[in-house]
Amino acid sequence: MLIKKPRDIASSEITPREAFRGRRRFLAAAGLGAAAAAAGIATRRAAAIAPDAPHPGGLPALPARKKAELSTLEALTPYKDVTTYNNFYEFGTSKRDPAEYAGRLRTRPWTVVVEGEALKPRSFGIEDLLKLAPMEERIYRHRCVEAWSMVVPWIGYPLSSLLRAVQPTGKAKYVEFVTLLDPAQMPGQSNPVLQWPYREGLRMDEAMHPLTLLTFGLYGEVLPNQDGAPLRMVIPWKYGFKGAKSIVRIRLVEQQPVTSWMRAVPDWYGFYSNVNPHVSPQNWSQATERRIGQGGAFGGLFAPRVPTQMFNGYGDQVARLYAGMDLSKYF
Amino acid sequence: MRQSATSVIAAPGLRAAAASGTLRLRRATLQAPWFKPALLALGLTPLALLVWRAFTVQLGPNPEQTLIWTTGLWALRFLLFTLAVTPLRRLTGWAELARFRRMLGLLAFSYAALHFICYLWLTNDFSLGAVAKDVVKHPFVLAGMTALTLMLPLAATSTNRMVKRLGAKRWQALHRLVYVVAVVAVFHFWWFKLAKNNTGEPKLYALLFGLLLAYRVLKAWQSRRAGSARPDQGRRIT
Repeated sequence: MLIKKPRDIASSEITPREAFRGRRRFLAAAGLGAAAAAAGIATRRAAAIAPDAPHPGGLPALPARKKAELSTLEALTPYKDVTTYNNFYEFGTSKRDPAEYAGRLRTRPWTVVVEGEALKPRSFGIEDLLKLAPMEERIYRHRCVEAWSMVVPWIGYPLSSLLRAVQPTGKAKYVEFVTLLDPAQMPGQSNPVLQWPYREGLRMDEAMHPLTLLTFGLYGEVLPNQDGAPLRMVIPWKYGFKGAKSIVRIRLVEQQPVTSWMRAVPDWYGFYSNVNPHVSPQNWSQATERRIGQGGAFGGLFAPRVPTQMFNGYGDQVARLYAGMDLSKYF
Repeated sequence: MRQSATSVIAAPGLRAAAASGTLRLRRATLQAPWFKPALLALGLTPLALLVWRAFTVQLGPNPEQTLIWTTGLWALRFLLFTLAVTPLRRLTGWAELARFRRMLGLLAFSYAALHFICYLWLTNDFSLGAVAKDVVKHPFVLAGMTALTLMLPLAATSTNRMVKRLGAKRWQALHRLVYVVAVVAVFHFWWFKLAKNNTGEPKLYALLFGLLLAYRVLKAWQSRRAGSARPDQGRRIT
């Protein structure tokens, strides 16, 4: 068939522009007549989307040093997709809801309480947090449990910078993240689809890992509300839902926290939720993923799916955290 | 689909309303020769819209998901419409409604088949091995596959010739499979949405299918009771 592609193509080898040029040539050569002509139109429209401008969202700039050694070279997912295709149930369960309703969220003033097993627990104003450590731009793969993925230029600094500032005690074994609870600003919270506020968590070594990013921006600007403003977590080797958004509380605790998803569907969500192509507790295959915003004919409809990598391709950096653990049990 | 639910609930008033002047005009519409082709065109509109959106690059950031979710949802909706025909016909007394049942059923099958083709093509790149693995590992995929497989003999025996060949009785017995299809299809949808703990929509479909099935059970029970009193009419169950 015209779409058939080798299944084992490395994601790093995907060069969207050439891929769809190739497809145009193929369609033309195949002489598919009207279909080819129409596909050509579709392709031109996709290509006509300009590469993202320096400040694609018109939000305040967030200057950052590029952290090349921790960034992927893969093609970025367009800003438009990163900001209109979101899972953020606080604003509704549809992918379009967050972009539509997140405007109600007030991100100033904003305070984050860091408490629990720490020698110097305290609360931080968002302005303090923005100055706490130098901002870095890190281009990470972002893999959703729904088997789609993006490539996003996040801006932030390692969570370890913040945790060190409060001096965790020896009893701090886990970190819990709590999202804002305010149904007036977050209309999705009137739907009991999850237990609010949203809770997520990490083991202490995961939280201190250099890849674990306390995130304030993307694409050179502060975070748009629908992506978790004013600050969120990004843990690139875990499924996207592990990254709590619009955080108001960070707790250092001794016991493993029960996350919102573990509470909602206990058999299908584990605490770790590391990206794993071989384990699919949520009942659909995690073996491959749909890379969003690759371009191509029909909006990328026939672009091949990308094989999912163990730990989302960050195994070299994080696999040792799970040495000796049965990952089909601790999913 | 909301309408069909209301009609079941509002059952007693409906026959009276159907006989009234305002609705007589609509019944004439049902009998018009253009009505069935128009209904078919309406039934194909969701598909046409998807094709239009594909060619104009409006399927959204995840076109694969849009196609698979939309076709699956319409398969379920047309299955619901199909199962609503007989209750609606009995409640209104409009026999001509039966003329549209086969078409609605075939539309349900067509959307289900498209749903599967999208999954086979866009998700699995025609790898039957990957599909087999998915079916074995994931009950929700197995359910979808079961529903589609059970619809195959129904679609294949939908022609007048096949009805004659099988005999009305055997044909009818075979086509009771549609109730199994409905249950399995709702499970497929429910189990899928459960993974995101977002089961509001599947619950609505379960309720509507439940009402349509309950109506049949009630009618069968009533006619069995009537049948024991009047043996000559006891076997007329649709």
